[in-house]
Amino acid sequence: MKSKSPDPPRYDISKSPPVDQVGVAERAKRFTTRSIKNECKRSGLQLVLNMIDLTTLEGADTPNKVKQLCYKANHLHDSIPGLPTTAAVCVYPTLVKTARKALGKSSPVKIASVATAFPSGQGYLDLKLEETKRAVGDGADEIDMVISRGKFLSGDYDYVFDEIAAVKKACGKARLKVILETGELGTLDNVRRASDIAIHAGADFIKTSTGKISSAATIPITLVMLLAIRDHYYKTGQMIGMKPAGGISNAKLALHYLVMVKETVGPEWLTNEWFRFGASSLANDVLMQIAKLEDGHYQASRYFSKD
Amino acid sequence: MSDPNEWNYAPAPEAAKQARISDRYAHFINGKWADPKEGEYFQSTNPATGEKLSEVALGTKRDVNAAVKAARNAYDNVWSGMSPRERGKYIYRIARLIQERAREFAIIETLDGGKPIRESRDIDVPLAANHFFYYAGWADKLDYAFPNRKVSSLGVAGQVIPWNFPLLMAAWKIAPALATGNTVVLKPAETTSLTAMKLAEIIADSGLPDGVVNIVTGMGETGALVVNHDDVNKVAFTGSTSVGKRIQKSIAGTDKKITLELGGKAANIILEDAAIDQAVEGIVNGIYFNQGHVCCAGSRLFVQESVYDEVLWKLKRRMDTLIVGDPLDKNTDVGAINSKEQLETIQRYLKAGVDNGAEMYQPACDLPASGNWCPPTVFTNVAQSSIIAQEEIFGPVLAVQTFRTVPEAIEKANNTPYGLSAGIWCDKGARLFQISNQLEAGVVWGNTYNQFDPTSPFGGYKESGFGREGGLHGLAAYLDM
Amino acid sequence: MKRLEVLKTYKLYIGGQFPRTESGRYYSPTGADGQSLGNICQSSRKDFRNAVVAAKGALGGWASRAAFNRSQILYRIGEMLEGRSAQFVDELIKQGSTEADARQEVEDSVDRCVYYAGWCDKYQQVFSAVNPVSSSHFNFSIYEPVGIVAAIAPEEKPLLGLLGTVLPIIVGGNSCVVLASGNSPLSAITLAEVLATSDLPGGVINILTGFREELLPFMVSHMEVNAFVASDLSAEHLKTAKEESIHNLKRIIHHKENIADCESPYPILSTQEVKTTWHPIESSISGGGKY
Repeated sequence: MKSKSPDPPRYDISKSPPVDQVGVAERAKRFTTRSIKNECKRSGLQLVLNMIDLTTLEGADTPNKVKQLCYKANHLHDSIPGLPTTAAVCVYPTLVKTARKALGKSSPVKIASVATAFPSGQGYLDLKLEETKRAVGDGADEIDMVISRGKFLSGDYDYVFDEIAAVKKACGKARLKVILETGELGTLDNVRRASDIAIHAGADFIKTSTGKISSAATIPITLVMLLAIRDHYYKTGQMIGMKPAGGISNAKLALHYLVMVKETVGPEWLTNEWFRFGASSLANDVLMQIAKLEDGHYQASRYFSKD
Repeated sequence: MSDPNEWNYAPAPEAAKQARISDRYAHFINGKWADPKEGEYFQSTNPATGEKLSEVALGTKRDVNAAVKAARNAYDNVWSGMSPRERGKYIYRIARLIQERAREFAIIETLDGGKPIRESRDIDVPLAANHFFYYAGWADKLDYAFPNRKVSSLGVAGQVIPWNFPLLMAAWKIAPALATGNTVVLKPAETTSLTAMKLAEIIADSGLPDGVVNIVTGMGETGALVVNHDDVNKVAFTGSTSVGKRIQKSIAGTDKKITLELGGKAANIILEDAAIDQAVEGIVNGIYFNQGHVCCAGSRLFVQESVYDEVLWKLKRRMDTLIVGDPLDKNTDVGAINSKEQLETIQRYLKAGVDNGAEMYQPACDLPASGNWCPPTVFTNVAQSSIIAQEEIFGPVLAVQTFRTVPEAIEKANNTPYGLSAGIWCDKGARLFQISNQLEAGVVWGNTYNQFDPTSPFGGYKESGFGREGGLHGLAAYLDM
Repeated sequence: MKRLEVLKTYKLYIGGQFPRTESGRYYSPTGADGQSLGNICQSSRKDFRNAVVAAKGALGGWASRAAFNRSQILYRIGEMLEGRSAQFVDELIKQGSTEADARQEVEDSVDRCVYYAGWCDKYQQVFSAVNPVSSSHFNFSIYEPVGIVAAIAPEEKPLLGLLGTVLPIIVGGNSCVVLASGNSPLSAITLAEVLATSDLPGGVINILTGFREELLPFMVSHMEVNAFVASDLSAEHLKTAKEESIHNLKRIIHHKENIADCESPYPILSTQEVKTTWHPIESSISGGGKY
């Protein structure tokens, strides 16, 4: 008989703890009352830049658009010396090759590709797996998959689990980010359950949103997911990454996310290996704040390149 | 960034200079600043630094007499005869003036009392303003409060308040008293008189008729003079159970109406099906809010055995993230202990806990060199009979016990002479309300803790006092029914 | 030949039983005609202590009964009282009432039972509150029984006064120990016989006879007793009550109105505690993103 690596045991969602939404919101609000100033602000902003998955996921994306994005990822604002690169660029699978070429060999910027019938997840499993393998083959370092929310909401948790596990296998060495699309899950209890399913099925990261629906990442939702990560770490010692995506467009908010990470899962997560922001316009706001710290003037957006 | 572990918050102090504090405060009697008749003052200090902030008049018999006389005069000649609607409008005005000067109030509350600026800014001061705003609207609606009852005011209310929420307690006392048509003589706690005096400034600015609110500062003896004054019709006291009992006894021969809001040793009960992470927040908010200087603090934690390890691990990790230090820093979670005496009391209990064989945990934190400080503390392995599980410590000290079944939790929770508040953390509504029904406590927080609102009645069962403050029920204490 | 009347031995009513005083003492108040009303138990502090034990035993069950059920039991007391009207009238006359007054008092007493029976499942509705707090919580204040109540019935109107004192206490789920009118105790003892046959669980109302001077200090200082109710105490007695109440911060309720003439829900509230409960109200997580 052919030996085969054992599949992870499926996850029983009754093991997920309940979540009190009001309590989560109160805790979330406390993070936003932290005052981040001076050196702490400076280093925090740099950290934020370095955690960004600079993203373009439009029907209108072209190779040129992606090349511009890649350049920006490497050179956020050359007039300020010492800035980091972003963590990654995030593109559609068909543009992974373009990005690989544009970034070049020496860039620390990773390539993340969405896959699995992004953003709806309504597709055939075999095609999703094929898409994943092709994206990895084209040079993607990371795969951002979406879960099948329809299956989840109809109670077919095992399907969701199996699909994630299968995509994880298809990823090979690429790291897998699992998008829960929390805005479609309805409750924080479901966010917690979906987080636990994803973690147990092999996610390297869990991610809030596709950015394609109006309800995207929030501090309370991210908090619930971080607590799932933390519980998993407490029980197994295994770290899982977190990526809020969509809706985080200003520096102050991003710093509050860092506060949350520091005070919830701990400072070990304050690196782009374990925490990312999925965002397209955050970087420029952060850059404006850094520029303000450098020269003392409030900034205007026209001095910062869009792409 | 080289080492992410270094990402610590830079100091973010609120600017103390935004607040105006006079070098010296006289009493506020009959709408005017009145120097103490015996000429004595005492210091008010910053408990975080030990530095003197101001000096405050020491109230003696003649001062109290003058204040009560002014209150009586104002009651007889102005306030009781004023149309309720006009009365209400004065109270609204006070609410608005507090809102306008909120920042200054918050800074002084923190300087004088040691509580974190985050709390005085986000909780104490807004709640105080809201309390005036809420009761202002009652003034002309009292006929609707108690069906089929013709109610009337009592006269002069003598009110003595504690140091843990100086401005908020003043609001809790003054607002309903005025709305119901009474006049007031208020005695703030000796360590925290300053925001009361700032409130006096506002009251003067509001145009409230002279003598309707009088504030006399001083020690416990001054408070005793207020409550025992023959011409006081209503006594309202918030403070320790022992003093409350003394007051009840001292006025036994009179027909003064009395409300007492006294101590507590609240149970915070965590069931195994609770949302544990939110429960841990509730535990922290329950006992470390305002350094544990809270009569309704959740100072006894009962955890179901099956989740004990998880709860304690999470609690300790959460305690590690609490920032203890400069109360004026916007990032401070736990501020200074209000006075040296209180710190010594707390330290006695810490020693007793350790001596009794309980295990003490305190997170590592750099405490400032001067001032009064006690890190957040949790005791595990605590016996129900031990002193730290029985007596009110009034500090950031939590005593943890376990239970196996719900009846056991209820029995232990009720096994105390106090009955002010309780917390229950449970995901099942049917069970939560069963437990709530059986707890002997005036306020029960289900899946939350230490929430306050002007519309919500507050007050205790058993030796935690009697009468309610806040909400419709809080009116009854100031009315002749 | 004239039949010899069988005289009743007057006893206490504790825990649904009719014991004599453990002290063996008695007193003989005189009626209107100057004749002795009989040998009445002069209760001791130990009788009071025993009655508190009985009240404690009855408290949980009584408090947790459905309000509707309490209502039915109070109505039943009224029914049983009506059935024995003649005996109560006779005794009231014997204790000094005119016949008209006695009849009126008994009729009022029956009606008082019916009146308070109706309040059992209504005072909570009228006086509870849902408090519109600013935060996302459901917040409500309800009334709960204070617990064990010691009471002294007024000297005047020995039947109606006692019922007016005791009924509001038990309407709200408390149990009580009441000391009957000292000079006119017969009505109270006969009332005990009514209570014993009216579905009221033993121990909810316990009736003692004796002297208030003797028992008051123990009634107000007993640590198990949560409240004390009276309406015709002397200033000196009221002061004692307040002073001695501090051991366990007993609630001292001294009704200003003549409790015999008072029909109102407010006496019910005077032996209630207000409990305020908070619970979060969740809101939808969709459409957020503003943090």
